[in-house]
Amino acid sequence: MSAPITWLESLTNTTSSGQLLTAAKSGDCASSSCGSSSRPTDMDSATWEKVKDHPCFSEEAHHYFARMHVAVAPACNIQCNYCNRKYDCANESRPGVVSEKLTPDQALRKVIAVANEVPQLSVLGIAGPGDACYDWKKTRATFERVASEIPDIKLCISTNGLALPEHVDELAEMNISHVTITINMVDPAVGEKIYPWIFYGHRRYTGIAAAKILHEQQMLGLEMLSERGILTKINSVMIPGVNDQHLIEVNKWVKERGAFLHNVMPLISEPAHGTWFGLAGQRGPNALELKAFQDRLEGGAKLMRHCRQCRADAVGLLGADRGQEFTLDQIPLELDYDGGKRHAYREVVARIRDDHSAAKKEAIATVASVNIPGSLQVAVATKGGGRINEHFGHAKEFQVYEASQTGIKFVGHRKVEPYCHGGWGEDATLGDIIAALEGIDFVLCARIGDCPKKQLLEAGIQATDAFGYDYIEAAISALYATKHGSDRSQLTA
Amino acid sequence: MAYKIIASQCTQCGACEFECPSSAIEYKGEKYVIDPDKCTECKGAFELQQCASVCPVPKTCVPA
Repeated sequence: MSAPITWLESLTNTTSSGQLLTAAKSGDCASSSCGSSSRPTDMDSATWEKVKDHPCFSEEAHHYFARMHVAVAPACNIQCNYCNRKYDCANESRPGVVSEKLTPDQALRKVIAVANEVPQLSVLGIAGPGDACYDWKKTRATFERVASEIPDIKLCISTNGLALPEHVDELAEMNISHVTITINMVDPAVGEKIYPWIFYGHRRYTGIAAAKILHEQQMLGLEMLSERGILTKINSVMIPGVNDQHLIEVNKWVKERGAFLHNVMPLISEPAHGTWFGLAGQRGPNALELKAFQDRLEGGAKLMRHCRQCRADAVGLLGADRGQEFTLDQIPLELDYDGGKRHAYREVVARIRDDHSAAKKEAIATVASVNIPGSLQVAVATKGGGRINEHFGHAKEFQVYEASQTGIKFVGHRKVEPYCHGGWGEDATLGDIIAALEGIDFVLCARIGDCPKKQLLEAGIQATDAFGYDYIEAAISALYATKHGSDRSQLTA
Repeated sequence: MAYKIIASQCTQCGACEFECPSSAIEYKGEKYVIDPDKCTECKGAFELQQCASVCPVPKTCVPA
């Protein structure tokens, strides 16, 4: 496998757009059809154009592109049993949590500051706390301001759907190309257990009546978006014993109504978060239960598996939040947009993602040709760009891939506390990481010390840095082929 | 004949402000306050007080 000349990792650390541009112009396109082969075979080119730089709507794009959320619309029209509106925390990474709420003007300043510094930025979303469609005036004001300054940024919103139908036409006019609706039920009897009340038509509804109105509005909103060609992602919170089995039905309903992606997320319900579910002792599913359920849904609406359940003010690549670098007190009052870094970065990505795609196709073909049943679960430490380029001790998450005769699939991620603290490994942390890696056969990383390697092996997990800086899929195919005893000399990794 | 907001419990989401039919709610000095002279308790406009109906925190938007 030919290694491309440009390393994304070094590019995103550069300080000037000049350096990026030089990198973009250096080197030749490694594949014969620059800019076209990275499109997945199951997607038409119009859809690919819409998702190719949206990290949440495309698993492929999430290796390259970043999003940011601005918390400008805190008012909400429904209460969910997994949400505590009083919660606000700097250290938690989960939906609804923010450190500061912004006015549309403050949001514009923040978006410009991030766009100037984070070359991967491609999407601006409004995703809580609160509902972007209900607190509509602030959502609209923010998008209008940002679109006039940075016309090429993709706009997207997250909504519970209750106030969605009344704004669909405006969403289309404002060129909001991606919408996420949280749909946890299609049966109001299930909805009643998740939503204690809604506020609709100037009054509060409770019980089955509330869930019925919410359900009807969600379905209507989804159908209206599909009619207008706006891509929709459906988020569903998997709540064991409440709606877990029911989500099979939800998947069918949303597929029939044109949903592009279905994202089944685990309920987060620590008692300390103070949510109704948390205090009632309702548990969330573990990583294996979630994956088993997602596997059952294969064949229905296409599943999203790379969601990180990020903060409502997250900034950066999905797995690496940089929000704390861009709080209002760190942003100058006067700021002009400079798109140099973003444009240069896009040029680089357009060139190297084809090389990645070609490597990936070759790897998948290798795996498919090894004629032995069985699958391999591989956890990868990566900083983006589709490569194994993170040290074991620095990883905040591992991306999990499954290699089997059907190919190499991304199946999810496991969050961990980084093992390494200022050069020293912590044994207690390593224990937690081993627990988080339950069911994993191999760990691939850029570097790992002998001591953690040995302890992982004692727990039945083989870790190696032999494939450091290789493309993820290329390394996995080499591992898979080796594990199944094929001829090592054929491997190029 | 007026409602008030218990500021220490308020999440400052601001839903009450835009639901209020009498423009009685304002963000003043780091908190939302209801002007008792303007508040009509929604009489003649809605069946129930809009601020209290939309408020996400129990017993935070209450009769003064």
